[in-house]
Amino acid sequence: MKEKLLQVDRLTKTYDGGERSLTVLRDVCFEIEEASCCAIVGPSGSGKTTLLGLCAGLDRPTSGKVMLGGHDLGPLSEERLAALRSQSIGFVFQTFQLIPTLTALENVMVPCELRGESDVRSRAASLLEQVGLEDRLEHYPTQLSGGEQQRVALARAFVNRPQILFADEPTGNLDAETAQTVEQLLFALNVEHGTTLVLVTHNLELAHRTERIISLRGGRIVADHPVSMKEVSPS
Amino acid sequence: MAWRDGRHSWKRLLLYMSAIIMGVAALVAIRSFGTNLRLAVEDQAKILLGADLAIRGDTPFGEKAEDLFHELGGEQARQTSFASMALFPRQQATRLVQVRAVSGRFPFYGQLKTDPPEAAAEYQEGRTALVDQTLMLQFGVAVGDDVKLGAVTFKIIGKLLEIPGESAIASDLAPRIFIPERFVPETGLVQVGSRVHYTVYFKFKGQFAVDATVKSMQDRLHALSLRADTVEERKADFRRELQNLNRFLGLVGFIAVVLGGIGIASSVHLYVRQRIGTIAVLRCVGATPRQSFAIYLLQAGVMGLMGALAGALVGLLAQRALPYVLGRFVPVEMAQSVSPSAVVEGLLVGLVAALLFALIPLAPVRKISPLRTLRADVEDGSLIRRDPLALVLMSVVVLWLLGFSLWYSSTWQIGLGFFAGLVVVFGLLSLVAKSIMWAVRRFFPASWRYEWRQGLANLYRPHNQTLVLVLAVGLGTFFIVTLYLTQATLLEEVANVGSENRPNLVLFDIQNDQLPGVTALVKRENLDILQEVPVVTMRIQSVNGVPAEELQKRRSEHRGNWALRREYRSTYRERLSDAEKIVEGELQSRAGKTIRVSLEERIARELGVKVGDRLTFDVQGIPIATTVGSIRSVEWRTFQPNFFVLFPAGVLEDAPQFHVIVTRTDSRQQSARLQRDLIRQFPNVSAIDLSLVLDTIDSVLDRLSFVIRFMALFSILTGILVMITAVISGRYQRTRECILLRTLGASRRQIRRILLIEYFFMGLFSVVTGLVLSLAASWVLAELAFDTTFAMRPLIPLLVCIVVILLTIVVGLSNSRGILDHPPLEVLRSEQ
Repeated sequence: MKEKLLQVDRLTKTYDGGERSLTVLRDVCFEIEEASCCAIVGPSGSGKTTLLGLCAGLDRPTSGKVMLGGHDLGPLSEERLAALRSQSIGFVFQTFQLIPTLTALENVMVPCELRGESDVRSRAASLLEQVGLEDRLEHYPTQLSGGEQQRVALARAFVNRPQILFADEPTGNLDAETAQTVEQLLFALNVEHGTTLVLVTHNLELAHRTERIISLRGGRIVADHPVSMKEVSPS
Repeated sequence: MAWRDGRHSWKRLLLYMSAIIMGVAALVAIRSFGTNLRLAVEDQAKILLGADLAIRGDTPFGEKAEDLFHELGGEQARQTSFASMALFPRQQATRLVQVRAVSGRFPFYGQLKTDPPEAAAEYQEGRTALVDQTLMLQFGVAVGDDVKLGAVTFKIIGKLLEIPGESAIASDLAPRIFIPERFVPETGLVQVGSRVHYTVYFKFKGQFAVDATVKSMQDRLHALSLRADTVEERKADFRRELQNLNRFLGLVGFIAVVLGGIGIASSVHLYVRQRIGTIAVLRCVGATPRQSFAIYLLQAGVMGLMGALAGALVGLLAQRALPYVLGRFVPVEMAQSVSPSAVVEGLLVGLVAALLFALIPLAPVRKISPLRTLRADVEDGSLIRRDPLALVLMSVVVLWLLGFSLWYSSTWQIGLGFFAGLVVVFGLLSLVAKSIMWAVRRFFPASWRYEWRQGLANLYRPHNQTLVLVLAVGLGTFFIVTLYLTQATLLEEVANVGSENRPNLVLFDIQNDQLPGVTALVKRENLDILQEVPVVTMRIQSVNGVPAEELQKRRSEHRGNWALRREYRSTYRERLSDAEKIVEGELQSRAGKTIRVSLEERIARELGVKVGDRLTFDVQGIPIATTVGSIRSVEWRTFQPNFFVLFPAGVLEDAPQFHVIVTRTDSRQQSARLQRDLIRQFPNVSAIDLSLVLDTIDSVLDRLSFVIRFMALFSILTGILVMITAVISGRYQRTRECILLRTLGASRRQIRRILLIEYFFMGLFSVVTGLVLSLAASWVLAELAFDTTFAMRPLIPLLVCIVVILLTIVVGLSNSRGILDHPPLEVLRSEQ
């Protein structure tokens, strides 16, 4: 039986807005197994991004608990969380989030270099080759198209061999054809590296390429099914 | 709409526009100070001269002159002034001073300010003197002590605090001692060759047409070699000097305006980039390009006006400090009042500068496509470079700078020079900054640690503020270091004059009969007589047969008249000194049938004579006809007597003459001892010690550079403001990057190190840029303007570097405070 990599228990997040507070997540519970592939879907404001942020240790819950790779994220300091992200987590963002002053190759090297690893150049270059950018290594983000930038971001996400990859609308800013390429690369790399993938998306078609879909509405899980089930409605 | 759009970012916009504050402040302060000074001079015009009319001569007034004075009538006062050694017996100290021997109630207008105050009126009653307070302070002399001038000992009854119409800086150059005129003969200080100025001051009753009277007497005055000074002339001279000073300081202040303008252009450029989304939406919902442009222009205009208003306020405050800064150069008492014209001028210049510099980056607002609302990747990379309006605006800015430079300069050449200097300095600063950025990008070793690479890469990130920071900080460094190095070079030059075995003490006004005694005194101190030079005073009687007076009338005041009028102190010898070189003709060693004199090249040019021309000199009443035998160049910057006119041996030996002895002492103590002994035995002999010259130049340069430093302070403060603005406007992007790095797992320490490296290199590059330029400028100034060797003093520039780098780091890091506290979640939020 596979290990549970991510365990979310009674997770609640409330934003204090002065006189009125806003609860965006209520008592959310789920578990994700190692090397699995899961999509979180839901309408705007349903709490998808908040949930992703809490799972990745980017934010702290009001109550409840997140266990990632056996670590309870709650008591960890910001520094320990940063170290955990550096060791175990990869990210892919909708707007690519590349560092404009670094070349494609240098952008991919960043996570490993932050860990103090040296000699990562060849690994980064080979990943860029895998995503089809072997002739774009020395290009700066502004010299790359949207699709190419997202492929660099994919390479960066996998370079530190994360246990879990959080992808937030990874094809949201791309045209259909480019999105297709990026999707294929995302899943191929995921399979090859045996990474656990948590995907936040509006795109039902993309969500159906995962093994499991968790549907959120009003901060609660309204459905959690394997992909073969047809009743999932994202919005 | 402009208000609604700007209400959330008005603080940021106001900060951007604050770059103009110091420039406006500088202009308002200087203009307001200038207006007050002009009013004070108008109000106290007669104080400038101390009388209604002054007539001066270099020889005692003869019968004809006295007749003239009698005709003029009015109340009269006399002054005989000359340089002499003063001995303070209690302190055993000597110093060359300016003696003012006065009879009558001079000054008629204004008052000598003394401590105690009654001393000003009482000093003429006995053997009493008033002594410049700086001199008393220097030697620890107190009221009640004695001062010996020549053969007479005077009791000091008051400290001289202020002389009406004379600026305090004069006491640094030549400290003054006032004595009653009747004791001058008794002092024995006025002898053959003594350079003495005689003045008679007039006070007229009622409405006396001074200027018309002087004009009608001009020929008689010329014939008697007398010069007249009227209040109107003095006022006009002062007004001209004041205007020049005002304009010069205005130009220095204007640099702050230009720097502030560049800061504004850069910040507004970033502001516009951050507003592109909003502008695209406005365009989508129907705003015309002109409307969207107007919205941001209005914002910039309002904030620019507020910046200019703040600047005017700061300027009025700074104006209060100016009397302390410029006080020693100002000869009148001034009131402190607000000059509305100065405020309006400052406001206008500030507003125009803010708008012009903001307009350049605002122009492309018209070009922002509504398509950006749908497609984020619409190309807008080099909007400014492709926009003809922006190019037109840039040209307007350049023309405005040129116009301002010309308007604030006394001559168009200076204006053009200032403008060219401005373009060169800013151009070179930009060039060096860009070269450094290019070199870092091109040659930085890829093998360095990530933090180093990232920190350095931030310097050339898209929309980086490196260039504007380098300009702001580099200009400040440039100012400070150039001023310091130029001052050091000038002082070093003077100090070098007395280095090794070169002379450092000159004894002059030695009479024929005193020569053996003075020589013996010098030798008793085991000192060598390096030179013993006879000096004969004379005037030019005619040039090529045309009388000097005739020539003076023909020539304009600016060309050669001073050379025709002046008293020449000439010497005679068989060979050239080591400071002289013949450039034309041949030196005549001994006079033959014709006497061939050698003229210094500049005086020959002023007189308009060449080899072969005839000059007749009036040697104390005896005409001596000569021919110009040679023209020679003279290295004036040597501590020894040099001469315009050199006679061959065998002509002047029997003429009344005095002597100059040049020697070298080993220490200040030895020099002081020799001067003390000298003044006891030969009170009329004066001495100039090189260390005295050095001290005097040092103190004058110090005061001058203090004034320039004060004005440069406005630019330096603008630099700091621009630096803060640039750092803050780059904060948005920096925050995004830091959050991203935190998301990817960077520790706080790593991010701090990246920021530290970035700001360290930013400071370093700025300093290096400023330093390179200041070294070049100081070198050019030394070699071309002062014709001397550039003196490198590394300590202060090094200290400036360290301080500037630390300042950059402190400003940078303090602005980055809080960046690390942003939760990484914001990366995801921006996705939505």
